[in-house]
Amino acid sequence: MGVKPVTSLGRSGLSDWLIQRVSAVVIAVYVLVMVGYLAVHPDLSYLQWAALHQQFWVRLLTLATVLAIAAHAWIGVWAVLTDYVTVRLMGAKATVLRIALELATIALILAYVVWAIEILWGA
Amino acid sequence: MLNVSVYRYNPDVDSAPRMQDYQVDTGGKDLMVLDVMELLKAQDPTLVFRRSCREGVCGSDGLNINGKNGLACVTPLSECVRNNRLVLRPLPGLPVIRDLVIDMGQFYAQYEKIQPWLINDTPAPAIERLQSPEEREKLDGLYECILCACCSTACPSFWWNPDKFIGPAGLLQAYRFLADSRDTAAEERLAELDDPFSVFRCHSIQNCVAVCPKELNPTRAIGHIRTLLLRSGT
Repeated sequence: MGVKPVTSLGRSGLSDWLIQRVSAVVIAVYVLVMVGYLAVHPDLSYLQWAALHQQFWVRLLTLATVLAIAAHAWIGVWAVLTDYVTVRLMGAKATVLRIALELATIALILAYVVWAIEILWGA
Repeated sequence: MLNVSVYRYNPDVDSAPRMQDYQVDTGGKDLMVLDVMELLKAQDPTLVFRRSCREGVCGSDGLNINGKNGLACVTPLSECVRNNRLVLRPLPGLPVIRDLVIDMGQFYAQYEKIQPWLINDTPAPAIERLQSPEEREKLDGLYECILCACCSTACPSFWWNPDKFIGPAGLLQAYRFLADSRDTAAEERLAELDDPFSVFRCHSIQNCVAVCPKELNPTRAIGHIRTLLLRSGT
């Protein structure tokens, strides 16, 4: 391995790989909790749903899941971009295009994270 | 008569590769694909391919046979031919030199990266470095690799990043030396592998396992490397 990648999340394959697995578990737990809650509350009202998300542990779990999705998405998209948007496959323009797509992905993920925090902890 | 379609490309003459159709009389026998290629060569001496031992030991005649990588010399027609049709292409993903002959340079460069030799700085014993039968057993399923490149050229991660991803063949050998009780450079070897490409471009789709003519399992070896990295890096 020559040049060390500077745009990968953990700058190490092992770290990215571990984050990808742990974040997948967090996302899976959240999906199970939410699907389970909806399954045992078939006639859910808005007030019940809002009350659920007022609870501290639900907010915490939601926040953890949002952050997990952010990390998971970045590692995944970065891997896809460095597979396909490369000088090898596309020629010289690939580097500029890849950096642009990476920045756009980061901007989108950051926007979603900030938005989610505002929904969860905002007024 | 068997219908055979062969990838032809001679960069000195052709502007682009093309498929050429032949008919071969197999005499109703279940020949190996390499036998058919020898019959083709008798028909058309301009056809170029690599071969040597003709018994699955040298690893020269790796080809894409009816869409699946394998060694022509140990693949019987009955295993690959459908609707009386045989399609022969070079192993995918590496540059074609001519017809079925590919440039294996990138494949060997990845193999060289993993330092495929024993590293041991301790003083050499008078006769040899001994291994227990149990230690020797750990190399089974690893040392048998003949470097035919069927696995690495079946791997999409290797197609996209042949310069950065070591590929299943190289990684199987990387683990062969990590697992060797006589090697003392495990930490240094692991440090070379802990980037996002060398090992971790493997997404365990197991194309390598599906095509290996020696029935080896590079995906499992890569899993062992990940475990070793986890053990030393967490």
